Amino acid sequence: MQDNTVLSMRNISKSFPGVRALQNVDFTLRKGEIHALMGENGAGKSTLIKVLTGVYPKDSGQIYLSLNGGMKEINVRSPHEAQELGISTVYQEITLCPNLTVAENMFIGRGNYSLVNWRTMKKKAAEILEKLNIPARATQQLDTCSIAVQQMVAIARAVDMDCKVLILDEPTSSLDEQEVEKLFSLMRDLKSRGVGIIFVTHFLEQMYEISDMVTVLRNGELVGEYEVKDLPRVELISKMMGKDLDDVSTIQKRKQPDKTPDALPVYEAVGLSSTNCPNAFDFNISKGEVNGFTGLLGSGRSESVRAIFAADRITGGKIKINGKDVKIRRPKDAMMHGVGYLPEDRKRDGIVEDLSVRENIILALQVMKGFFRPFSRAEAEAFADKYIKLLGIKTASMDTPIKSLSGGNQQKVILARWLLTNPQYLILDEPTRGIDVGTKTEIQKLILKLAEEGVSVTFISSEISEMLRTCSRLIVMRDRKMVGELEGEEMTQDNIMQMIAGEAEQNG
Amino acid sequence: MGDGIKKFMRSQLVIPLFSLFLLVIFNLLRDPEFFSISLATNNQGYRVLSGNLISIFNGAAAIAIISIGMTLITSCCKGQDISVAAVAAIAGSVFVSVLRSHEITIPVIILAFLLSCLVSVLFSLFNGVLVAVFKIQPMIATLILFSAGRSIAYWINGGATPTVSSDFLASIGGFIPGIPIPTPIIIMVVFLVLISIVLRLTTLGLYTQVVGINEGTAHLNGINPVWVKLIAFIISGVCVATAGCITVCRIGLINHETLLLDAEMDVILAVAIGGTSLGGGKFSLFGSVIGAYIIQALTVTLYAMKVPSAAVKAYKAAVIILIVIISSPVVKEFFINLYKKLFKKQVDAKIPIKAS
Repeated sequence: MQDNTVLSMRNISKSFPGVRALQNVDFTLRKGEIHALMGENGAGKSTLIKVLTGVYPKDSGQIYLSLNGGMKEINVRSPHEAQELGISTVYQEITLCPNLTVAENMFIGRGNYSLVNWRTMKKKAAEILEKLNIPARATQQLDTCSIAVQQMVAIARAVDMDCKVLILDEPTSSLDEQEVEKLFSLMRDLKSRGVGIIFVTHFLEQMYEISDMVTVLRNGELVGEYEVKDLPRVELISKMMGKDLDDVSTIQKRKQPDKTPDALPVYEAVGLSSTNCPNAFDFNISKGEVNGFTGLLGSGRSESVRAIFAADRITGGKIKINGKDVKIRRPKDAMMHGVGYLPEDRKRDGIVEDLSVRENIILALQVMKGFFRPFSRAEAEAFADKYIKLLGIKTASMDTPIKSLSGGNQQKVILARWLLTNPQYLILDEPTRGIDVGTKTEIQKLILKLAEEGVSVTFISSEISEMLRTCSRLIVMRDRKMVGELEGEEMTQDNIMQMIAGEAEQNG
Repeated sequence: MGDGIKKFMRSQLVIPLFSLFLLVIFNLLRDPEFFSISLATNNQGYRVLSGNLISIFNGAAAIAIISIGMTLITSCCKGQDISVAAVAAIAGSVFVSVLRSHEITIPVIILAFLLSCLVSVLFSLFNGVLVAVFKIQPMIATLILFSAGRSIAYWINGGATPTVSSDFLASIGGFIPGIPIPTPIIIMVVFLVLISIVLRLTTLGLYTQVVGINEGTAHLNGINPVWVKLIAFIISGVCVATAGCITVCRIGLINHETLLLDAEMDVILAVAIGGTSLGGGKFSLFGSVIGAYIIQALTVTLYAMKVPSAAVKAYKAAVIILIVIISSPVVKEFFINLYKKLFKKQVDAKIPIKAS
């Protein structure tokens, strides 16, 4: 062990019912180092972090932390203990209290105060928010902030505590590029002060930009520890996937379907608006087309697709499906017309966490079939079995509660739910968020395959490259308004950026 | 086989069945005759079954029936209806006032029962609208009828505690001539069969749980959470009316002050013991019914042990604390780990045998 080691984990193992999540994994973190932890879905990254922070007890293995100049074995039994030892965490899913204020969230459960000085707390919170450039007020209730801001509050909370080890579990998955930059400068700042940072991420670019070292896990086992500058991208990906890389770039960009001029759009909306999307907009998509909404976080892209699915209360507009006027006022109306919607926030709007994979898969089709016509157990099992195999969902059984699956597999279950309804138009809002490269590729391929079969797809992703690869038309949004559409040759990263920034109008 | 045991260990029914099992063992050790059932002649001259087991099933019928509705409400509304006993008093009062204004015949009894159901469903819907539409927390919303319900029952009765007596009513509350099983037990069984049919023929079970676990997902998958909650309250209304009417038949009068007094607490306890989280989500109707029987068995056991009736509640509380602690996730996890440690060696040893 070197002198500057802050944290050392040896032979960590952890099992869950039916799954070996970690097997003899080693991990070493040095002072002032940004150490990336990478791997596919279910590789065991989150589990390793949760073992380290005392959320899960480890089955076997040792954890050493540098304390008072020497390495001492520690036995962390709760996140609170971890915090006291100087290990702070920001989790992938926001784990703050949505109905408390920002300041309360930053200070709750810290230190030994039995008395709280509210005024000092607010003042201190306001200072930190300002220092980190976080656009939130200390007295604001947390759930009135966007997901990105909530994430930043979580980071601020962790950063403010005196920590030796800072764990960032997928911190950037809901941040836009500017916010990521802000976070990175913060990380560099902490690094220079000697904090060891564990950075769990799926984003290769971001990993290469900021990390010094990378530890790769695969199926709960350690693949190895590498210096980032000596590790070519292709090699990293093949280490993560454990097979010859099925490169994302092999996805052939599809040509736009030949539009017969008189073909009616599958879905057409005129002057659509909802309570969450007050600016009325027009939208259409033709058979077998893949289009996308792009824009910065909070630009209104999710709100627009929610209006298309009638997820929020519709306040105006006309909708035509295959040229016929239809009334879509509730999600069920949209579903009955063959529209499916995979929501942005999987945990809040997608999964039914305590129910089984089987029940989660059949849910939408069951609702469409009707209250008085439940599927028999055998039918439901046949459906679940088919889609578990088709999408390669990794689960102990179809009766396993969905909450014990990894994020990417949960997402596949939600995808299965909508594919089962045999939709003619599928809306996928950030289906690739917070999941590994392999599954991302799979989902993009699936989108193109669906389009070839004649399904229309609207795809939203924070990664523009993903959208450029899959979409044949992009709708650009800024400040809750559609500011333009790009098609074919015009679809380049530059054009999109300019449009988002608002320069296109001035130039043109 | 091992999988089956594991599955059972994790199912919601394990705790109620285990508790029931312990109670049975305890009683058998104490008195091997405890569960014996004998044919005896009752004071009406019929030959009927009697024994502790019968009085447990008979005595728990009202609580068990209400617990079915409470389970559904708990699952989808993430809270409890504390007004059930008060609404049962209202339903009982309606039942009695209809009976007293007519000659008591079977059609009149049915009419009286249907009317009391209707009234009970309306009151339950009042709770339901507050909870589902106005999104008031269930305990607060139902606090209104919890306090006002028995006063409403008082008005319906005109301030008296009128009695009703008829052979028909006696056979509903006691025994039907020629059938040696108490009628409340039969009604309970019919109720269970009915509710099983409803759960099989509709998607009520799935919808209720989805709404209870994640309302956002329910909405985005075309389920209207408001309707699901209202249905739960309607079913609960029918359950409450049935329990109220059975109790009236059993005691032959309506006393708005004492009818099913404090029953809501027993019902909520039955739901909790039955393995349904009081925070909503996954539910087990049969668990709740078993929970009701556990509570009643406990009471009967304590009386059989000659515990003074004033002290029964304290003893009951002590046992219930024990059950609740056993069913807590902490203890459950401990037992699962213990099971794993004890049987791990055997499992490991089996693998090479299979391979060869």
